[in-house]
Formats: sequence, structure tokens, C-alpha cells
Amino acid sequence: MWRIYRLGLMALLPMNVLAIPVDPLNSVQWTTMYNRFLKDYPVQFDSRVQVLAPEQAENSMQVPLAVKVEGLQTIEEILIFADFNPLPKVLTFYPQQALPFIGFRIKLQQASPIRAAVRTADGWHVGGKWVDAAGGGCTLPSAARNSGVWESQLGQVQGRIWQQPSAQRVRFRVIHPMDTGLASGIPKFHLEEINLQDATGKTLAQIKPAEPVSENPIFSIEFPKNLPLPTLHISGRDNNANKIKAELIP
Amino acid sequence: MKLFWLFVSSCCCLVFLSLGVDAVELNYQLVPRQLSSDTYVFVGKTEDFSFENGGNIVNTAFVMTSAGVVVIDTGSSLRYGEQMRQAIAKITDKPIVQVINTHHHPDHFFGNQAFKDVKIAALPTAIEDMEREGGAFSDNMYRMTGDWMRGTEPLAATEKLTADSLNVGDHKFKLLVLQGHSHADLALLDEKTGVLFAGDLVFYNRTPTTPHADIAKWLDALKQLEQLKFTYLVVGHGEVLQDKRAIVQTREYLQWLDQSLKASAESGKDMAEVLQTPIPEKFAKMPLVNFEFSRSVVHLYPALELAVLKPAS
Repeated sequence: MWRIYRLGLMALLPMNVLAIPVDPLNSVQWTTMYNRFLKDYPVQFDSRVQVLAPEQAENSMQVPLAVKVEGLQTIEEILIFADFNPLPKVLTFYPQQALPFIGFRIKLQQASPIRAAVRTADGWHVGGKWVDAAGGGCTLPSAARNSGVWESQLGQVQGRIWQQPSAQRVRFRVIHPMDTGLASGIPKFHLEEINLQDATGKTLAQIKPAEPVSENPIFSIEFPKNLPLPTLHISGRDNNANKIKAELIP
Repeated sequence: MKLFWLFVSSCCCLVFLSLGVDAVELNYQLVPRQLSSDTYVFVGKTEDFSFENGGNIVNTAFVMTSAGVVVIDTGSSLRYGEQMRQAIAKITDKPIVQVINTHHHPDHFFGNQAFKDVKIAALPTAIEDMEREGGAFSDNMYRMTGDWMRGTEPLAATEKLTADSLNVGDHKFKLLVLQGHSHADLALLDEKTGVLFAGDLVFYNRTPTTPHADIAKWLDALKQLEQLKFTYLVVGHGEVLQDKRAIVQTREYLQWLDQSLKASAESGKDMAEVLQTPIPEKFAKMPLVNFEFSRSVVHLYPALELAVLKPAS
């Protein structure tokens, strides 16, 4: 049985190797990441997908990260992952009416490429950057677990909308410990879905955070100037079905 | 097969072990610079911790009094403390009678072990911080400087400084209890020689670091230091000068840092975008400015960005 399987593998191998583009970040995890997240569509590395992050993580629990996409049309989703995190998937962003930009912070377990894969009609466009980290970001308890005050504030939202020359910038923060489940004795507990809607209930954008998104996440996104935004409704839930619901007024 | 790999890996271990012991002589080459008849400083490099410098990036000092030697800060490792003690012994055969740590950062107190037979004093809050954070500092220092740290275990100061002056022999030190760089920063003015030991409240031609900083309090502290008359200003990191240039430079950098981060928060920038802030030309040549600025963003921006958000309805 193993022999047959192995023969099959050998037959498949050369084809697969050809299909996977060479990783400019030279990460040994690239093939695994490709097979896990990207293999269903053609993949190209694309400098129009920019990942902003520091060279070195000063705080492995709060590594700043922003993804900016310029010049790609009809974006279906933006998938963010970190090759060397024990839980590589960080977040999926469905921009819909939003501009292809998102900023937030992540937990990094060790030095790793942080990548953004932007899916359009012709497949994945991938950008990324190596970030060095002392480590421990994913396996340490959240700060709130030590302070103990998070329960009374769980799901509370603060935010603001800025009218900028080229866009309407939204920043909002949700109180949530975002526990990865990897810290000893603390089960997985994190926001799973955040929907941004207009007053009529129409979804303008959706964010699906995974475990590595930092505690009390603060998101930055943008909408085009011509989108009427008298109010912005923020709703969502975590993996324990706790709901968040809030409204931002410019 | 298993035995073979065991053999190979134990050979590797032996090779690495012997490299560690023999390959480099871990000598900080501490040479004191004399400031007055009684005062000497060891001026460190204006770098970040590294395997090359072993943590010799800090200024430490000693003062010879009629009652014995006062040591101000003990460096980044047991080894630094030992080598400092040897260098002091070459200058004077007087005993060391008092050690003072200006604040709780590892490069200022990790040499304490070499002085454990001496009274080691610091501000009460600094002592608490040494006890609480020493372990995490130690992990970080081993990671950044490696073998230079061998044998080092954080030893917090034990004697709490609560008075506003300290007399040792014929020297009277005015003690200034300040904060801003850390939660408790001690500055000492030796009233006999006029030498001011400012700890990390003042940097010169080395970008200030902010992991525990409160910029408003730090600027207040600088205001107080600026009013003192001194002959020499011993900064925590950087060259020792006889004028106030270092205070001015530290203040101008901190003011720019504070104002630019506040402006970024007010305009709705994400932290990752703030990292891209251009450094003004007047600071662009300061060693480590890009590195320290990006660290400072992570330290200081969370409170500033939160301050401009409003509770959602």
C-alpha cells in the first residue's frame, strides 16, 4: 500500500514543484503554506501587495501589520498568514465595498514571513515580509488573563471615522482576550467574524480573525470617499457565540 | 542507527562547548576615564546589545571618597561587574563601600552579583521593578549577548534610598528622585566635585530608549536636571560632556517623538503606518534612531491611539 502511494507521490511531485513559484522570502515553510492555503488557484508573487511591518518585533504579542494593495481590481479576499506560527492563519478580509487596506496587530511565535495573499479573478497575488521575533507570542496568556477585568468589558467597541483626502478611514477596537488555546490551561477563545454594515443592513466588508490576531484588536480599514456612511454598524461573534454589536457615527 | 546519531550529536555538543570556552576571550576592555581627582567613568559603546559588545553599551562610574569607593551602576552582566571591580582595583586599593543602581534596567544592575559583599542601594520602586522584571530581562540578555552572560543572575538592590542626600566619607551626593525613563530614575549630584550622574534620563548621540517611558514625566525630569549646576554630566549612554548639550538633545528628540506620535494618532494612522514616519534630519544621524523609533512606536502608540477613539453606541 505504502509503495503504491509513494509511486503516486513520485509521479505527482515534479508537476507540483513546477506549479509552485519560487518563494522570494526563501522560507522552508512556503510549500506547506502553498498547499494549505493557495493551491486551488494560480499563484504569483506581486509587488502591488505590500505588507507593512517592522523588521523586528519589539513585543511578540503585539506586532503591527498593515496590508496595502494598489492596482488590483475585483478583489475577492485578502488572506494573511505567518509561515512559522503554530497557527499560521491570521485573518481573512473580504473588502467588498471597502478599499483593499487593513491594519491590525498579531501575535508571533518566532521569526517568520508574514504574507498577504490577495485573490482576484486570475488567482492569488502574494506579498510578504520577514519579521524577526524573540518569540512566545502565541503560547503566552493574554495580558487580560492576568488582570482579570476583561469579562465585564467583553465585546465593547471603541472607534472613530476620519474623513481623509483620499478615503474614509475607520479605526475600531474590540475588547477581547483573543486566546489562542496554546497557552497552558486557557482554551481557545477568539473573535471569528466581524461584519461592517450600513444603516440598511447591507454588508460593506467582513473580517474573519483567527487566533493570532492580538488581544483587544484594533483594526484600521478604509472606504471610498463616495460611499455614503452616515453610520457604520459593527457586528460579529466569537467562537463561544458571544456577540458584538456597535454603531459608529462620523 | 540510533546509537550512531547519539554519537554524532554528542560530538557536535562537544565541539560547540569547546568553541564557547576557547574561541573568544570575553573581555570588555574596561578603561576608566578620569573626570576629577575622585571620579572615573567607564564609557560604553553607543550600540544595542550584541554578541560582539557583550552588553558594554552603558556608562558606569565610581567615586573615591575618604571612606571608600562608591560605585554607580554595575553594567550588564556578572562578568562586567567583575571586570569593573578589577579595573577599579588598578586605580585604588580603597574598599568598595557602596553600590548605587540608578534604575531597574538590566545594563545598570546585572553586574550587582560582583558586589554582593557591598551595600547595594536603589530607589524603592526601582528595587520592586528589578525583582519583578529581572527574570524576563535575563532571558532577553542571554538571547542578545550569549556567553557574556554566563553565571549572571539578576540580583536586585537591597537598600532603599529614601533620603534626599547620601553622605559617604567626604562626599555628599544630592539624590534627585525622578521618573520618566523608567518608573523610578535616580540622578546623583556629587556636591564635592560637581559631577552629575543622570542615569538614563539623559542620552547623548545615542537614541533614547522608551520601554518603560512616560514622556511627560521624562520632560519634567529634564527640566529639573537642566537647573542644576554641574562640572560634568555623566549620561546613561553616550559621551560625557561639560555642558547641557545632552539634555537639550534628549529633550528635543523626546518632544519630536511625542508630537509626531500624537499627530499620527489624531490623524487615524495604523501602528504599522506610523513605523514609516520619516525621521527629521537633525536626528537622522543619531545611532540606532530607526531601530529605537520603531520600538518606541510599539511602546507608546497604543495609549495614544486609544485616547482618540470614542466609545461606540
